[in-house]
Amino acid sequence: MPNKKIRVLIAKPGLDGHDRGAKVIARALRDAGMEVIYTGLRQTPEMIAEAALQEDVDVVGLSILSGAHNALVPQVINKLKANGQDNVFVFLGGIIPETDIPQLLEQGVRKVYGPGTSTVQVSEDICAAVAER
Amino acid sequence: MIEDIRKGNRLALSRVLSQVESGSTAGSDLLEQLFPLTGHAHKIGITGPPGAGKSTLVNALITSLRQLPADPQVAVIAVDPTSPYSGGAILGDRVRMLDLQSDPKVFIRSMASRGALGGLALQTEAFSQVFDAAGYDFVLIETVGAGQSEVDIVNLAHTTIVVDVPGLGDDIQSIKAGILEIADILIINKADHPGADQTLRNLRTMVEMGYQFSQSAKHRLQSPPSQPASQPAPTTAWKPPILKTIAVDSSGIEALRSAILKHAKWLKQTGEWERKDERNIRATLARQISNLLFSNWQSQVDPALMETTIQTVIDRKKSPQDAIRSLLAL
Repeated sequence: MPNKKIRVLIAKPGLDGHDRGAKVIARALRDAGMEVIYTGLRQTPEMIAEAALQEDVDVVGLSILSGAHNALVPQVINKLKANGQDNVFVFLGGIIPETDIPQLLEQGVRKVYGPGTSTVQVSEDICAAVAER
Repeated sequence: MIEDIRKGNRLALSRVLSQVESGSTAGSDLLEQLFPLTGHAHKIGITGPPGAGKSTLVNALITSLRQLPADPQVAVIAVDPTSPYSGGAILGDRVRMLDLQSDPKVFIRSMASRGALGGLALQTEAFSQVFDAAGYDFVLIETVGAGQSEVDIVNLAHTTIVVDVPGLGDDIQSIKAGILEIADILIINKADHPGADQTLRNLRTMVEMGYQFSQSAKHRLQSPPSQPASQPAPTTAWKPPILKTIAVDSSGIEALRSAILKHAKWLKQTGEWERKDERNIRATLARQISNLLFSNWQSQVDPALMETTIQTVIDRKKSPQDAIRSLLAL
């Protein structure tokens, strides 16, 4: 009998070393029944896209607190597309100025979550998006 | 799809693995088509307690295998546990394997155990076949952090590496049955930690005491007496080497690589390679038939009868044995 679980990659691109948020999200999604591949700190966009490819994930969550989101996020999205993974739900968490959000959404980020987001909200959004495909 | 993965299309490979993992009909059709292409890869199992450094060791070992003159392709199947409550999992083995992330001849796939016991997931064996058919020369299988009885890996791998660390117990632990006796190669990782020499002495005593006995014990584990392996046991027994490593700085990894290659040679010279394949096929067939029979039975049994029968057992009006008889008499 088919048994497809939602697979999520949680990664931290760039150089900031604060992975608490990423771990909280990883744990929350685990508790929501998803399989979460956690890749840790200081990932390049190439490494993230390659891991997403090898793991055939449905979702990529990026945590950035360094302010480098405008540089890093488009690179991740472009590399995912170049690998043929256009269908992946990409979300972003961290410290993202509101003025940057429209541009990020236009580039292909599906959701941006700031401090105070409920983890239930995140898992509901993911379930809805994956069910839609 | 098959053509694509043979040509090295990584997206196709990744999608095939997902199909297989989901247990879909498409996945099982693909496996059937891939099967004739299997039988070449050297399957290496890595097991040991949680936190022993298995993933870090895999990272160092693959880096070393990739330096072999044959330029081999290497795949990793990293199994982590599924939560028994939510059904979710954190698969964190990749965190230790960052050195391999950008090597196009290395493919790492994480897998959740999804309730399977024994240290592997239900489809781990199938994954190893996909990688084998795709042309990978080495397939490393990292089990979940294993305690004492997660020994399924021995039926799957040609070479089983058991990773131990200093300070986990005395010499009584080392003579118990379980993961230590399935080792073809024993590793003491974190060998710079206190107690490494004591652990080495304990393991050496265990190996000296009974490696010939443990060879015959392995034989019994893998093929029940009713189905003896058709080929005779090898004449020269393999004595598991005990190696000290410090995986984080790659020390001792060259010796581990040599031991693996030496074991592969021994397997092939003694005919043990074919015997392992045979045992693996026997074990797989038995497992799949029992899964199939169970799911057939489950789809046929009347749920109402099931519920009333369970209730009569709870009320102590029927014994479990009696309940089984009535549930199986369809």
